[in-house]
Amino acid sequence: MNRPLGTARSDDSAGTRAPAARPRRGAAGRLGLRTLHVLLLPVVLVGVYAYAGAASDSYYTPTPDLIAAAFVELWFSERLFTDVLPSIARLLTGFTVAAVLGVGLGVLLGLSPRTRALLEPVLEFLRAVPPPVLVPLMILLAGIDDSMKVMVIVSGCVWPVLLNTVEGVRAVDPVLADTARCYGITGATRLRVLVLRSAAPQIMAGLRLALALAIILMVISEMFASSSGLGFAIVQFQRSFAIPEMWAGMVLLGLIGFALSALFELVEGRVLGWYRGLRAANRGG
Amino acid sequence: MGAAAEPTTTTTDHEGERPTMLKVTGLRKVYDGGAVAVEAVRDLTFELAEGELVCLVGPSGCGKTTLLKCIAGLMPPTGGTVELEGRPVTAPPPDMAVVFQEYGRSLFPWMSVRANVELPLKQKRLPVERRTGLVREALEAVGLAGSADAYPWQLSGGMQQRVAIARAVAYEPKVLLMDEPFAAVDAQTRADLEDLIRALWKRLGVTVLFVTHDIDEAVYLGERVLVLSSSPTVVQDDVTVDLPAGRDQLTTRRDGRFTELRTRVYAEIQRAKRGDAGADGRPQDRTGGREGSPVAGGSPAG
Repeated sequence: MNRPLGTARSDDSAGTRAPAARPRRGAAGRLGLRTLHVLLLPVVLVGVYAYAGAASDSYYTPTPDLIAAAFVELWFSERLFTDVLPSIARLLTGFTVAAVLGVGLGVLLGLSPRTRALLEPVLEFLRAVPPPVLVPLMILLAGIDDSMKVMVIVSGCVWPVLLNTVEGVRAVDPVLADTARCYGITGATRLRVLVLRSAAPQIMAGLRLALALAIILMVISEMFASSSGLGFAIVQFQRSFAIPEMWAGMVLLGLIGFALSALFELVEGRVLGWYRGLRAANRGG
Repeated sequence: MGAAAEPTTTTTDHEGERPTMLKVTGLRKVYDGGAVAVEAVRDLTFELAEGELVCLVGPSGCGKTTLLKCIAGLMPPTGGTVELEGRPVTAPPPDMAVVFQEYGRSLFPWMSVRANVELPLKQKRLPVERRTGLVREALEAVGLAGSADAYPWQLSGGMQQRVAIARAVAYEPKVLLMDEPFAAVDAQTRADLEDLIRALWKRLGVTVLFVTHDIDEAVYLGERVLVLSSSPTVVQDDVTVDLPAGRDQLTTRRDGRFTELRTRVYAEIQRAKRGDAGADGRPQDRTGGREGSPVAGGSPAG
């Protein structure tokens, strides 16, 4: 950020620039510290909630131990197979379809200004339509089975992937593109070694947004005309005044979101390791 | 693909014996920007004999990069032709490699040094053993054998430019184009890289066109120095550098002949900046023209 002026990257004497050297602690120690960081705030929040809940004694805000009991009873039963896994399957299917569609179409639009000019107004309109309002239409078109829910997820998730891919593809460095041309790198190879790799940071940002959207849309699509899934289960609990169970469903959704996001970060770290290093090197330059 | 045995258009080259490798005839480039067309390159004609090392030097903003891009087939010229071994260049030819000034933007940051050097060879569909051999040789030649597994951004600027040079050398081109390759590295690194280029050129016998704005560098490196005029660009002078082939940063630069040549090129550049190059009867009123001069309607006088 505040790199001193006049220190352009022209120092040969510096030799190999160490990529973000950090003091090394023991692996176990680091893991422990990280776990502490992750768990500290949740523990405090649950504590505050328990204290406040005990004080208010309301039927709608059951104590953490009631929720925990309901959680164990509910989700470590056959409901895991009738509700949890189908929900996750829809979510992942919708997310994957949206990712493939978004990246594919995004590359096409990013590489061809003419196609972009042709499709942009329509895409802007479609993007502005809130995906949940598509649910009634999807029920008519695709029925109330899984394909409807997957389509709702896709229709919402595709946009951040698409738009970020277009931007990423358009932003390929001209010098790098010239270099590739000079060395005869064209066509499919160019796409693979230059365009997709260079757009990867933006594509991953789009996918991250899409993942968060996918969870929301999965729940919403299951709240309508459904007979299974987490969204369905939570609405059902609420209507039958099974309040601790309703809370247990919300907690599970939160945990699923957290786990998916952690998994995504792991993948992103592998795909974009170079990008983080490059940025660190530029900052330290 | 096979090398054209003898170019049909054999013109008298400077040594009188080596065949012509690169021939630029009447090259002209006008950037058409709507109302105002800017003529970056007016009328450039020159030749490079096979195995020659020629430096192009000119005042800043005289269209050197435009010229190089036209030669590399990256940009279509408005007029004139570029021929490589007698064949016209319309797209990047397979026998040409380019080293750009912006080393940080010409290496693939998601690939290791080794992968960067190897990529063009894969594209050429060379067998694995040949590729591995070429990559190792090229990295050894530029003194980076130990950094093959590093990422480019882990290296200093000078080392990154060495990687770009290694990539170009491993590609085994007949012509190597270099666009101010050392403009962004410090003085000591620059001296090392100059000697590296001389050494590689002598060893490989490759034809090199080296674009620079540094007069000393041009005289030190080249067998010949082409001085370009201020934009719109023409070749203003063609200086043969009759220094001994074995050059050394200390002795060559102390040589009286070096100083003479340097002075001559410097004077030409100054003349070019003032815009009184006697190329043709064009108007002499563009004294401080930087990035090409506007030409009404795109039709230059002359």
